[in-house]
Amino acid sequence: MIAQRLGTTALRRVAGNPSAFFTNNFAKLALISPLSNNTQTRPVTTQKLTPADGDSILAKQRLSRPVSPHLDIYDKSQTYFGGSIWNRITGSIFSGGLYVFGSAYLIAPLVGWHLESASIAAAVGALPFALKGGLKFLLAWPFAFHCLNGTRHLVYDLGVGFQRRTIVQGGWYVWGASIVGGVYLAFFL
Amino acid sequence: MASLRSTSARILGASRPAFRIAAPVRGFANLADAAQESQTASGSESKLKTFQIYRWNPDTPAEKPRMQKYTLDLNKTGPMVLDALIRIKNELDPTLTFRRSCREGICGSCAMNINGTNTLACLCRIPAEDSAELKIYPLPHTYVVKDLVPDLTQFYKQYKSIKPYLQRDTPSPDGKEYRQSKVDRKKLDGLYECILCACCSTSCPSYWWNSEEYLGPAILLQSYRWLVDSRDERKAERMDALNNSMSLYRCHTILNCTRTCPKGLNPGLAIAQIKKEMAF
Repeated sequence: MIAQRLGTTALRRVAGNPSAFFTNNFAKLALISPLSNNTQTRPVTTQKLTPADGDSILAKQRLSRPVSPHLDIYDKSQTYFGGSIWNRITGSIFSGGLYVFGSAYLIAPLVGWHLESASIAAAVGALPFALKGGLKFLLAWPFAFHCLNGTRHLVYDLGVGFQRRTIVQGGWYVWGASIVGGVYLAFFL
Repeated sequence: MASLRSTSARILGASRPAFRIAAPVRGFANLADAAQESQTASGSESKLKTFQIYRWNPDTPAEKPRMQKYTLDLNKTGPMVLDALIRIKNELDPTLTFRRSCREGICGSCAMNINGTNTLACLCRIPAEDSAELKIYPLPHTYVVKDLVPDLTQFYKQYKSIKPYLQRDTPSPDGKEYRQSKVDRKKLDGLYECILCACCSTSCPSYWWNSEEYLGPAILLQSYRWLVDSRDERKAERMDALNNSMSLYRCHTILNCTRTCPKGLNPGLAIAQIKKEMAF
């Protein structure tokens, strides 16, 4: 590239001082002559702006600019199966469940529901094995996942386990272990 | 196009047959020549790959963004995604717009979302083995200026806000330079290499939803770079600026940042270190 440029400048210089060598070829000179002029003109002018003006221009531009796609296009294993979001979802299931059950338990005597431990245990005990296990799994898996992944996040807080491989593998281990743990809690305990 | 042509090409063009003038921009001439040869010598095996590229034109803002398909022969294209983009722009569609500069992963201009993860187009190989179409989007959840060019004004403003320069009041003991032990210098490894390409910040869902206030992984990594610098004397102020619910603590260790960094750095770890220093 540099050699090419050097060649170019040499040719320009020659063009700037037309010698006898070149003068007999007017067609060539006509092509070269605009290049021999070293002054450049720029059709673009700039103007100074205050930061506030700049912000208002930016705000106007943003009104017409689209936001580039994000959740739809990003690697699904990192967005939809990310440990962090599922930690939040499973946590919300439990805290939400606690509020729902707590309020139901409070109003149960007024409405006539039977939500005492003994009656719930009896009702669940009467269900067929698969249905009973399935219902328990709906609670057991979020528990297992939140427990394991929560531990993982606590370890992160110590500044440990940030290698790329550890992050990727750890994510899949938590998914596997939580499903196995959930099945164990639901069906074998 | 004529104005883009190198001067040597013009000068040579004057004394050569007319078709030679059409040789495109210098530097890519070899590729283009090869492409022309392939058209004439048909029958040679070609390895076609289709690229789906996000298009949006600010001149027609009412039109929705769309995906446009381009097919290239990989045997005639360089190995990296940026090579393919440049070839598309040169030969198929000069209106395709993207940022690029160094083509070797040191400027951070060509950051974009390629097949679902953010990376630098110049460091990302075209997956030649599978025949699936390669999808290229601008960096996620950014305002699009045109095609693959995102508006990074906010990102740069946030960088400015952390005062990314050495701040100290005491002069150096020898009056020449601020010295640092080897151990202290080593703490900056893995931090100073960041080129601010914004791949990590725009991979972070937390930053997608809170980019106005949350600083995002790239800026926090830079923040940590100045926090651990033994020569800087404003550590307390720097930590104080981060001590609120948004700037730092919107990080929920999702760690897309560490997984996506095209330079192999670890913004997630840097943020964890800041959190640790804030806690103890």
